[in-house]
Amino acid sequence: MSTHKTPVTSSATRMRRAVTEILSGSGTISFLSVLLAFVAGGILIAATNARVTASLGYFFSRPGDTIAAIGDAVFGAYSALFQGAVFNFSAPDLLTGLRPLADSLTYATPLIAAGLGVAIAFRAGLFNIGGRGQMLVAAACSGAIGIAVDLPYGLHLVVAVLGGVIGGALWGGIAGYLKARNGAHEVIVTIMLNYIAFYLVSYLLRTPGLLQAPGSVNPKTAPMQPTAVFPELLGPGTRLHAGFLLVIAVTFLAAWFLNRSRLGFTFRAIGENPDAARIAGMKVPRSYLQIMLISGGLVGLAGSIQVLGTVTTGFGSGIDAAVGFDAITVALLGRSRPWGVFCAGILFGGFKAGGFVMQASQGVSIDIVVVVQALIVLFIAAPPLIRAVFRLPEAPRTVPRRPRALSPKESITV
Amino acid sequence: MKLELRGITKRFGAVTANDGIDLTISPGKIHCLLGENGAGKSTLMNVLYGLYRPDEGEILLDDDPQYFSGPGDAMRAGIGMVHQHFMLIPVFTVAENLILGNESTRFGGRLDLEGARRRVREISDRFGFDLDPDARVQDLPVGAQQRVEIVKALSRDASVLVFDEPSAVLTPTETDELMQIMRDLRDAGRAIVFITHKLREVREVADEITIIRHGRVVGQAEAGSTNTELAALMVGRSVQLTVSKTPALPGPDALILSEVTVRGENGRVAVDGVSLTVRRGEVLAIAGVEGNGQTELAQSLLGLHPEAEGSITLGGSEILGRSVREVLDAGVGFVPEDRGKHGLIGTFPVADNLILDRLNSDAFVRRGTIRPRARDDFAHASIAEYDIRTESASTPVGTLSGGNQQKVVIARELSRDLQLFVAAQPTRGVDVGSIEFIHRRIIETRDAGVPVVLVSAELDEVIALADRIAVMYRGKIVGVVPPDTSREDLGMMMAGIYPAGMAA
Repeated sequence: MSTHKTPVTSSATRMRRAVTEILSGSGTISFLSVLLAFVAGGILIAATNARVTASLGYFFSRPGDTIAAIGDAVFGAYSALFQGAVFNFSAPDLLTGLRPLADSLTYATPLIAAGLGVAIAFRAGLFNIGGRGQMLVAAACSGAIGIAVDLPYGLHLVVAVLGGVIGGALWGGIAGYLKARNGAHEVIVTIMLNYIAFYLVSYLLRTPGLLQAPGSVNPKTAPMQPTAVFPELLGPGTRLHAGFLLVIAVTFLAAWFLNRSRLGFTFRAIGENPDAARIAGMKVPRSYLQIMLISGGLVGLAGSIQVLGTVTTGFGSGIDAAVGFDAITVALLGRSRPWGVFCAGILFGGFKAGGFVMQASQGVSIDIVVVVQALIVLFIAAPPLIRAVFRLPEAPRTVPRRPRALSPKESITV
Repeated sequence: MKLELRGITKRFGAVTANDGIDLTISPGKIHCLLGENGAGKSTLMNVLYGLYRPDEGEILLDDDPQYFSGPGDAMRAGIGMVHQHFMLIPVFTVAENLILGNESTRFGGRLDLEGARRRVREISDRFGFDLDPDARVQDLPVGAQQRVEIVKALSRDASVLVFDEPSAVLTPTETDELMQIMRDLRDAGRAIVFITHKLREVREVADEITIIRHGRVVGQAEAGSTNTELAALMVGRSVQLTVSKTPALPGPDALILSEVTVRGENGRVAVDGVSLTVRRGEVLAIAGVEGNGQTELAQSLLGLHPEAEGSITLGGSEILGRSVREVLDAGVGFVPEDRGKHGLIGTFPVADNLILDRLNSDAFVRRGTIRPRARDDFAHASIAEYDIRTESASTPVGTLSGGNQQKVVIARELSRDLQLFVAAQPTRGVDVGSIEFIHRRIIETRDAGVPVVLVSAELDEVIALADRIAVMYRGKIVGVVPPDTSREDLGMMMAGIYPAGMAA
């Protein structure tokens, strides 16, 4: 495997450069992107609000009505979002009031785990778009252990989580192996593996004797055994479970891994400049396999958390809840720094928790939240746009760039 | 047309690349812009060409202020640029490249290729360029590709022509031809701006010389100035261009290449059955015009071409076919020719770059964890010893000047126990002060008994450092000659001709 020449195609280089640009942006850019996305979301909320539309009909006779309607709609929606995500002001006591925050953290837990997986791949210059497949495989593995294996309390949970992590790692590892061995592009492979995992898990869920709950006709598993479930942290009534603590620990571990470990150093070197890494004696193809194993393992952890923490009453093929894709956004927003990913995961967990409340209480479609999330990414991906909007100074260039084009030395020979 | 730059200032964040530069370029003159790499020459020209907008100052053409918002404006105003890296599309023909970006069409949107061909012939006849309009650019030698660039600029009626380090990729003969072309263009009344850091070329063609250092004009020099005067102006102190060294005391054979054949991309034979021997304590220079297999030969010494045929032994044991890691561990120090792409990770701190190939050493990594203190101590020691000018050990290496970046690479490679030191273009794009330092280090390494392989396209460097010179042409060694061989003979060998009457 080591003899294989590293394929560095121009499109891959371009993509890597784009991601590098995003990841090297400042925290200010991330913050302003979120702010701007909220402003744009506010415009959408106002534009789709019935009262605003109605009052626009007589805007020139009573413009105050329109402005008030816009204010009410936007403020109502965002305060509902806040109350659904952080603190419920109408709650009788403090603990109940904080229940939304607990919900947000619950949603954030798998997002952070998967976000870290995607982020480590990003830092190593790889695009793990296969979060969905890795989560599904991990959920199936964890689920099988959680349902069908009898183990004592504590140990059962550990084994079930490990089973999921290994499942996710192997599923991600397929892409890493194919890239190392044959130069197959990981984006294509991981996307295709998503389909394979989905139909594989669907098959397992539909087949009696495999994952399908006994005596059921639905493509859904039996509930987890109580010994395999993450313990609840705040007692009944909130769903926050010990998986969140695990994710905090994993974030510490990921930060150590990327910043202090030899393997993390190697990964970052390959992510920034695979040619220089190779000349420094690093085994780039072997690293691709390692990167995808670790990335897949972390995304797999998110799958395990879903079935052993979030939804313990049995799961179907939608158990990944799009976390695998949101994780990409979370990793980008967190600029692939472990604690950045942690914060971004909590923000997105808040969006999920608050979005439901916003829809229920204000009739604002939850799709607005999705649009805001998408806009955040869009703005982050276009730092010049943010700089122009907020009149920030031009970014200082670290490496002077020259216009370059054809020369006999241009082609990558290493 | 007279071109005048007045008080041009361009800043990038905290860095001032150009600081109040005044420059007047008159028709019928060759104006040399001389300066080290990173002095701000290219930034200035990019301002002139409309690629950057100056923060202060103005550009005047015949006393008329100009506001360029892009190269298109500059071209329309009569400024043409011949870039160091050609802006050509390799699979297009000369004529197609000529109209690129300025396509004139006939009825129905058809390209006016016939007109383009005619213009190529017209211009190339006038200046004796000898270009076939229907040749594909990728099939042309580098010198001819450059002439396509020149024709391109001339075809848009450029009255001011800017040459950005044009000789970097040329053979000595091609360089001479280029000098003649510049003289002809000057005599035809064009204004020429010639950017370079090669003193010899400046002395040969310049009518006026402006020296730029740290973004400022530090002086004007007469056309007849000596190398030493110019170099002193460039670096701000007198420098020694020759390396003081004692004769080599070569030991036993250390590195033996026999019948090494390396295929480059597309299966093309890049290195063709090369056999060489390098002894301990000597510098073997591999000279030649770039692209004649030196790059691949140097890479194969590090194990970057595992599929290479033949044999390379170092101290008696075969290193061909071993992994890069194993070759490094066998004591090979390697300075790649493109440090930005292959030698350093620009976004990483200086300290991390200094241990880039040392991750398997207990000194810096213990139980899979990098030891920050050991790394930082090593970085501080190296920064002091190699005089690396950096704000701190945690500064991203990409923000350093070329010379200091190269010192990081050299420091890293020379800090290991070496059995062989391979330096490819060790002073490319490096300021004169650092060149001196790097040359001294190479000689010290030699004197410590390490065999040194120097790959360089700079004849001056080869002659200054080498104990023996192997000249490569089209993948083969034309001959191995002593360093006192005349430039003319070396030049002929670089063109593949073994000079008659020379001992083998």
